[in-house]
Amino acid sequence: MSTVLDVQDLKVSFHTRNGVVRAVDGVSFKVEKGKTTGIVGESGSGKSVTCYSLLGLVPMPPGRIEGGSAKFGDVDLLKLSEKELQRIRGSRISMIFQDPMTSLNPWLRVGTQVAEPLRLHEGLSKSEAWKRAVEALREVGIPDPEKRIHQYPHEFSGGMRQRVMIAMALITRPELLIADEPTTALDVTIQKQVLDLIRDLQKRLGIAVVFITHDLAVVSEVCDYVNVMYAGRLVEASPVQELFARPRHAYTQALMRSIPALQRKGEPLYTIPGLPPDLANLPSGCAFRPRQTPERQALCLTDRQPPLVEVSPGHWAQDCPGCLIRD
Amino acid sequence: MSFLQIQDATVTFPARRGSEAFTAVKGVSLSIAKGEILGLVGESGCGKSTLSRAIMQLQPLTAGRILLEGGDLSKLDSHQLRMARLNFQMVFQDPYASLNPRRTVFSTLTEAVRARTGKLPKEALWERVAALMQRVGLNPDFALKYPHEFSGGQRQRIAIARALGPDPRLLIADEPVSALDVSIQSQIINLLLNLCRDLGLTMLFISHDLSVVRYIADRVAVMQNGQIVELGETGQVLTAPQHPYTQKLLEAAPALRLAEV
Amino acid sequence: MSTAAAPAPSPAAFELPHVQPGRSLWQDAWARLRRNRLAILCGGLLVAIVLFCFLGPWLTGWNPTETNLALKATPPGTVEIRPDGSGGKHWMGTDPLGRDILTRIMRGGQVSLMVGLVATGVALLIGVGYGATAGYLGGRWDMGMMRFVDVLYALPFMIFVILLTTMFGKSMLLIFLAIGAVEWLTMARIVRAQVQVLVRQEFVEAARSLGLSTPAILIRHIIPNVLGPVIVYSTLTVPAVMLLEAALSFLGLGVQPPDSSWGTLINDGAENLETSPWLLLYPAAFFSATLFCLNFVGDGLRDALDVRASKD
Repeated sequence: MSTVLDVQDLKVSFHTRNGVVRAVDGVSFKVEKGKTTGIVGESGSGKSVTCYSLLGLVPMPPGRIEGGSAKFGDVDLLKLSEKELQRIRGSRISMIFQDPMTSLNPWLRVGTQVAEPLRLHEGLSKSEAWKRAVEALREVGIPDPEKRIHQYPHEFSGGMRQRVMIAMALITRPELLIADEPTTALDVTIQKQVLDLIRDLQKRLGIAVVFITHDLAVVSEVCDYVNVMYAGRLVEASPVQELFARPRHAYTQALMRSIPALQRKGEPLYTIPGLPPDLANLPSGCAFRPRQTPERQALCLTDRQPPLVEVSPGHWAQDCPGCLIRD
Repeated sequence: MSFLQIQDATVTFPARRGSEAFTAVKGVSLSIAKGEILGLVGESGCGKSTLSRAIMQLQPLTAGRILLEGGDLSKLDSHQLRMARLNFQMVFQDPYASLNPRRTVFSTLTEAVRARTGKLPKEALWERVAALMQRVGLNPDFALKYPHEFSGGQRQRIAIARALGPDPRLLIADEPVSALDVSIQSQIINLLLNLCRDLGLTMLFISHDLSVVRYIADRVAVMQNGQIVELGETGQVLTAPQHPYTQKLLEAAPALRLAEV
Repeated sequence: MSTAAAPAPSPAAFELPHVQPGRSLWQDAWARLRRNRLAILCGGLLVAIVLFCFLGPWLTGWNPTETNLALKATPPGTVEIRPDGSGGKHWMGTDPLGRDILTRIMRGGQVSLMVGLVATGVALLIGVGYGATAGYLGGRWDMGMMRFVDVLYALPFMIFVILLTTMFGKSMLLIFLAIGAVEWLTMARIVRAQVQVLVRQEFVEAARSLGLSTPAILIRHIIPNVLGPVIVYSTLTVPAVMLLEAALSFLGLGVQPPDSSWGTLINDGAENLETSPWLLLYPAAFFSATLFCLNFVGDGLRDALDVRASKD
C-alpha cells in the first residue's frame, strides 16, 4: 500500500478583526492509494479548511499557513507556488464540491466544462477532448452522453450535475480526489446513487479519496479510515470498523449517541451540552472540556493540548484524562 | 373530530411564459388529531413545501378545503382568517434566512406576540418576551442582540420562540434541523418534543431524514409527485413499508454500520 | 406611553432582564466605514464644502449679484474700494460683470448642492416606495408598474424638460421636479430587483404568517434590508443630478441669470478661458472636489454595507 498524501502538523489560521482564528491546529493524516479517508466534523471544526489549504484555495489574506508539510508524491504541496499548484489542481488532485447547482458555469456547455481539464493539462485538441468527455460522462452513468454533452447545466437535475462534476474531476485520472460534502445537498435516493458511483469508480481506477462530511452515517458507508476533527484538531483517528465499534474519545461517542436513528422512541434524545467552539476564543488545554459532564470536566487537561496516542493498533485518540475512554 | 383536516387539496401553478402549468399538490387528504405529531416525508419537489404553505394560508388552494376543528378556513372573512392563521405557525429550515437581520430578538418576538394581543404596555411585552426566550432555552439578557450575534442553533431557537409568540395550536416545522450541526440537531428535536408535550401543540414535521422522523413522529405520510403514497403509524411504515417508493427511500438512507454502542 | 407612574409589582414578580446591548448591522457598517480613512476624509471635506457654501457669503461681504463694470474680469486678489469706503479683496477675482467670483461660487454651490440633495431625496422617496411595492406584489402588478417605468425611461429627458418649461415657465422647483422625475426610475428598478430576492426569504414568509399587513411588512422587514444598496446608489445619484443641472443650465433651461450654479459658472468660465482662466478654474475645482468626495464616500459605504463582509 503506498501513501499518496502525507500531511504532517498542518496549521492554518485566519487573521480577522475579531482576532486570530486557528482553524486548523496541528493536523496530521495519511491517505493511502485506493482507500477513502474520511474527515468528519461539525461546522467550524476545520475539516474543509484542511483540504482547501492543501490546494492553495484558502484566501490569503486573511488565511495563513503557519506550518506543517503535505507530501504529495515527492513534492510538498504547502511549498509550491501558485503556478505549480495550478498544474497539479484538476490534473493530479481533483475536487468535487457540495453544491452542484453553483459549481458548474451556467453559460458554458457541459462538454466544454468536462473537457476543460484535458485541454488545460494535456493540451488535447477540442475534438479529441470532447471524445474523451463523452466517455467520461458515460462512465458516470449519464444516459445518452453524445446528446447530453451539448446541453447546458440547467438542463440537468441536481444528481446529474453532481455526476457531471465527478466526470470532470476524474477525466484526467487524478491520483487523489477530494470530495467536500458531495452529497449533502442531494435527496436521499440520489445521495445513495452518487455515493455508490464514487465508491465504484474509486475501486475501478484505484484512486485515493479524501471524503469530507458531517454525516456519520455516510462515513460509515464509504470510508475506510476516519479522522474526527473538533475545534481545528484531530480528536480521534481510526479504521472505520474499529471507530464505530469502539469509539474512544468523548466527542466521538457523544456524536454517535446523539444520532436519532439509535435512540429509542419516547426517550429524550441524548444531546451534547453547550455550543460548538468559538475558534477565536478556545480554552487552553482540552477543547471539548466545556461540553463535558461536570465530573469528567474536572479530569480534562487545562494546561496543555492533549497529544494523540495510539490506543490500539492503528487507532489514535487525544490523550485527555477526561475525554479518552480506555478499556 | 380531528384537529386539522385537509380534504382533496390541490395546488396548481398557472402556466407562465416558458413553463407549463404545474400541479404541485394533487388531491391530498390528511387529518391530524389534536396533540399528534405527523411526519411528512418526501424528496425535493414532491410538493411537501407547497402543501405546508397552503395550510399556512400563504398559498391559495386551487381545489379542496382545509378545516380547522371542523370549520372551513376558506369561508372566513379576512379578519377571521387573520386570527385563524395565528393558530398555525411555522419553523423554517434555514435559521440564517428566517430571521430579519436588521431587527433585534426583542423586536422580532414582540411582533409575534402583538400579532395575537394587539398593543401591550412595554412592561408586559418584556415579560412575554423573556418568558418566550426562557421557554426555548435562551437567556433573556440577550434580547437586544441581533441575529448575526447568535449561532445557527440559537437562531433556530429564536425562530421557534417567534412561532410560539402568538400562542399557536399547530406548529409546522419544515426541515427544522437539516441545516444544523449534528450535535445541535438533537437539542432542537428535544426542544420541539418538549414544547408539543408541555403546550399541547399539534405538529406537522416535514423532513427528508427518515431517522429523525422515526424518532419524533406518531404517524408518517410519505409524499411523492404531489400525492400521499403511504400513510400510517410510524413504526409500521418504517419497518414494513407497503409502497415501492417508501421501500426505495428506506433502502437509500445511509445506515450506520454500528455494533450498538 | 412611558409616562405611567411606578408600575404596580406584577403578581409573578417579573424582573426585567439585565439586557446586554446588541450590535446592529448598521453599527457594524459604521465601524467598518470609520476604518476607511479616505472615505472619512472625503466625508469631512464634503461637510466643509457644504458649510463653506451656506455660511460663506456672510463672511466675504460681497453680494453675488452686485455688478461693477469698472472691474471686468479682474484676476484673483484685486482690491475694490467702493465710493463709500467699504470693500475688500476679490480673493478669486471678478467675472466680466465685476461680480465677486468667490461669493458667486458659494451661491452657486448652494443651488447645485440643493438640486443634488433635493432631487436625490425625491428620487429616493418615490423610487424606494414604488420599487418595493412592485417587487413585493409581483405578478401583474409588478408587470404593469415596471412597464410604466419603461415608458418613462423611453421619453427623451431634454424634450420632457422643455415640455415642462414651456407649460409651467422656468423655475427652480421645476428643475427639482424634472430631475427627480427621471432619477427615481433607476432607483425603482434597483429596489425592485432587491425586493424580489428578499420576498422569497423565510423571514418575510414568517411575517406574513403572523398576519402582518402588506405596508407593515414593507416598512419593517423589506425596506430596511434594501437600504444598503439604496444609500450607495444615492451617493452616486447626487453627482449625476448636479451634472444634469449643469447641462440644463447650459441650455438655458435651468438656473436663470443673474442667479448662478456651479454649472452656469463653469459655462461662463469656459467662454472666457483664454483671457481669464480663473473664471473656469475655481468653480471647476469646487465642482470636481465635490464629485470626487461623493464617489469615495459612496465606495466606502458600499464596502462598509457589504453584508458578506459582516458574516465572517
